[in-house]
Amino acid sequence: MRRVFAIAFVLLIAALPARAADRFEDLVGKLGADSFAEKIEAAQALGELGDGRAIAQLRALADGRLYVRQSDKQIVVVAPDATPAADLDKVRVNNRLRNVIATSLSSLMLFSPERADRLAGAKEAFSNDSAGITALLERALAGEKDPEVRDAMAFSLNAAKLRTGSDADRVAAVKELSGSVDPKVLNLLSELRNDPKIVPALAAAIDQAMAASDTKRRVIAIVESLFQGVSLGSVLLLAAIGLAITFGVMGVINMAHGEMIMVGAYATYVVQELFRAWLPASMFGWYLPAALPVAFVAAGALGVVIEQSVIRWLYSRPLETLLATWGVSLILQQLVRTIFGAPNKEVSNPGWMTGGVEVVGGFLATWNRIYIIVFCFLFLIAIAALLHRTAFGLHMRAVTQNRDMARAMGIPTGRVDALTFGLGSGIAGVAGVALSQIGNVSPNLGQIYIVDSFLVVVFGGVGNLWGTLVGALTLGIINKFLEPVAGAVLGKVVVLVAIILFIQKRPRGLFALKGRAAEA
Amino acid sequence: MPAIHGMRTMLGPRGWAAFVAVGLALALGVPLLNLATDPASALHVPDYLVPLLGKYACYAILAISLDLVWGYAGILSLGHGAFFALGGYCMGMYLMRQIGARGVYKNAMLPDFMVFLNWKELPWYWHGFDQFAFALLMVMLVPGLLALVVGWFAFRSRVSGVYISIVTQALTFALLLSFFRNDMGFGGNNGLTDFKDILGWNIQARETRVGLYVASVAMLGLTYLLCRYIVASKLGRVLVAVRDAESRVRFLGYSVTGAKLFVFTLSAVLAGLAGALYVPQVGIINPSEFSPGNSIEIAVWVAVGGRGTLVGAAAGAFLVNAAKTYLTGAAPEIWLFFLGALFIVVTLIMPRGIAGLVRWPRIARRRDVPAAAE
Repeated sequence: MRRVFAIAFVLLIAALPARAADRFEDLVGKLGADSFAEKIEAAQALGELGDGRAIAQLRALADGRLYVRQSDKQIVVVAPDATPAADLDKVRVNNRLRNVIATSLSSLMLFSPERADRLAGAKEAFSNDSAGITALLERALAGEKDPEVRDAMAFSLNAAKLRTGSDADRVAAVKELSGSVDPKVLNLLSELRNDPKIVPALAAAIDQAMAASDTKRRVIAIVESLFQGVSLGSVLLLAAIGLAITFGVMGVINMAHGEMIMVGAYATYVVQELFRAWLPASMFGWYLPAALPVAFVAAGALGVVIEQSVIRWLYSRPLETLLATWGVSLILQQLVRTIFGAPNKEVSNPGWMTGGVEVVGGFLATWNRIYIIVFCFLFLIAIAALLHRTAFGLHMRAVTQNRDMARAMGIPTGRVDALTFGLGSGIAGVAGVALSQIGNVSPNLGQIYIVDSFLVVVFGGVGNLWGTLVGALTLGIINKFLEPVAGAVLGKVVVLVAIILFIQKRPRGLFALKGRAAEA
Repeated sequence: MPAIHGMRTMLGPRGWAAFVAVGLALALGVPLLNLATDPASALHVPDYLVPLLGKYACYAILAISLDLVWGYAGILSLGHGAFFALGGYCMGMYLMRQIGARGVYKNAMLPDFMVFLNWKELPWYWHGFDQFAFALLMVMLVPGLLALVVGWFAFRSRVSGVYISIVTQALTFALLLSFFRNDMGFGGNNGLTDFKDILGWNIQARETRVGLYVASVAMLGLTYLLCRYIVASKLGRVLVAVRDAESRVRFLGYSVTGAKLFVFTLSAVLAGLAGALYVPQVGIINPSEFSPGNSIEIAVWVAVGGRGTLVGAAAGAFLVNAAKTYLTGAAPEIWLFFLGALFIVVTLIMPRGIAGLVRWPRIARRRDVPAAAE
């Protein structure tokens, strides 16, 4: 056994260049020394030596798995779960030694055979301000092949040069780092800049770098606001399409529209619970697609019932319809509260909707928002196709433009009304499925979106998908761009006031129907 | 517009008799039964009932003010709660200033919430509110000006029907959001409360409460008479004509915008006064008064009582709120079902409300006209 060890060791050493091998062997041997001072010196030297093999010994030492054989004073690493042989003495560690080991290990990570270790080491080296780190990084960089690790190493190397390099080195490093929006880099740069003994060339370089990073940050902020705005716009669009259709076709303000969204969200919740209870966990991700038709049918059927029982009797009395549907909305809210309870229900994102993708440095676009944007646009296309490519769509448009004439041409306006209201409500139900993925499912869900969706409809003009699209996206984006400037609440107030003023200019919306239809 | 003409057709002899009878019963009967009877007596009006009835009276003023614009001019404002709340806030500011150094932080100049927010001096818009007369002026001016501006924009460009409803709803929603902010300087979420006294009288005292109640009832009576006067005048007829056929009235040469603007502004002022009487009686004003739901609820009071009758609106306010007080206490989960059903039943089955059921001497002549063509 002893022999095998000895041979293995000799072979290992023989494979290395003689001087380095001697030094490495020497230092590893010193780890087993009796005095702590010697051990500390050895651990430190091993870190500066930059030989990836030392990682094993240092880790073992830190974990208390490093032993010295009594007979030949050789260093032995024992596996974590193994019991050490009887003739081994444990190398003792104190806190100062542990600190030194940690520092050495972090520089040695740069030379680890594992890619992940090297990457982590390279990133960690950024905040390592020991004197030798520049040389270590340079050596590591020379031997590195993986591009991502190389980038990280170059980044940390520049930071190290900034701290310890000559002025020329520093200027070069600042130029390399220019445009980075990493807060750590910015801190470092502003620290340097505030140094009273700074040379003018460096100061100029830093100012330039700061300006570049400012520009980049502004671009990122714009991209972020744009994404958030489109995301909010798509949510508003989903909430408002159904409203625009019923408002446009029937001239009916449906205050219970928000509750249709709520019904859709609760339908999603129920489908989710059914999947949890009856189907294997691997199928769980499918609950969301399954919830779409369920929510559409549930909300749509409810819509037809409401149309037949309440709204049908109130045509030509739009203000009364508004009040009656408000009553319907109160009843639906309380009904849901009675059945499901007042607290929020948890609807979880399926696996494929969690996480996100980093678009530009530091800005993460989450998958659920991306999916909702995509879904919303596909859905809009589907509805446009329904309105413009089917007989039902034709009837609907005819009734929107001129109800009496449509009836005279034999279009069953009563049935078109019922189906339109059902369609509008069903769309709201689908919106509820989408909203359940980004917000709380609660009895008040509908109330949150109702005022906004009205404004979208009023802004865009009624009975006009294009107007609704433009209205929703405009409102969403304006809202998100105002938020950082004015704060979320004030931004919203500004938007509301702007729309109130806008309605004065164009009382029939941005894309008002023209011609005879507008006389209605 | 000759005043004689309006006054003569305003109320018939029987109408005046009924008005005086109800007015005396409310303004004198209730205080007498509260202050002068033995608490054990069956006729005694308990102390808690006085501010409650006073609150209902304020709601009734609010309902009449909405009926004036909705029932007569066809403007369904869903923002009347905002005018009410603004009036309430103006009164609340006066009451806050009256607290003086008696607040938790003993600061003579600043209300507690400002001390809490580390404010050093009073914001400019709080100045003057330590004077009751100034506060009273603001109670009328702030809602009135807001209504004038919004109405001017809206009516001038002929925003009508459901659009005006949505605009006013957006208005109250915007105010709701603004008043929730702490840096608006109106106490944020908590609003204004902890009032001590009004015009030198302790606000908690029984006599003050009776006084406030009587003031509310008197205001209700005055509001009713004023609105009755307006709807019986020539202007009132123009308003009804605007409601039923706006374009036709315009083509006949009447200023539709002017007529609408006048009643809308007046109605907002009345709503503001109602709010100002309401706040000292309930002891608090907070942003939830601005919530769009509150404003829509006012419409159901009016609809229950009967639109375009004024007296029906007031009765509706009393009835619905009495039902609310009872139900939210006895069976809270039923209340929303009840309110929702009320909205539906009134619009579907009783479009003329309770007033439509009672054979009302003057109202019976009115034809049930379909809502104004859009």
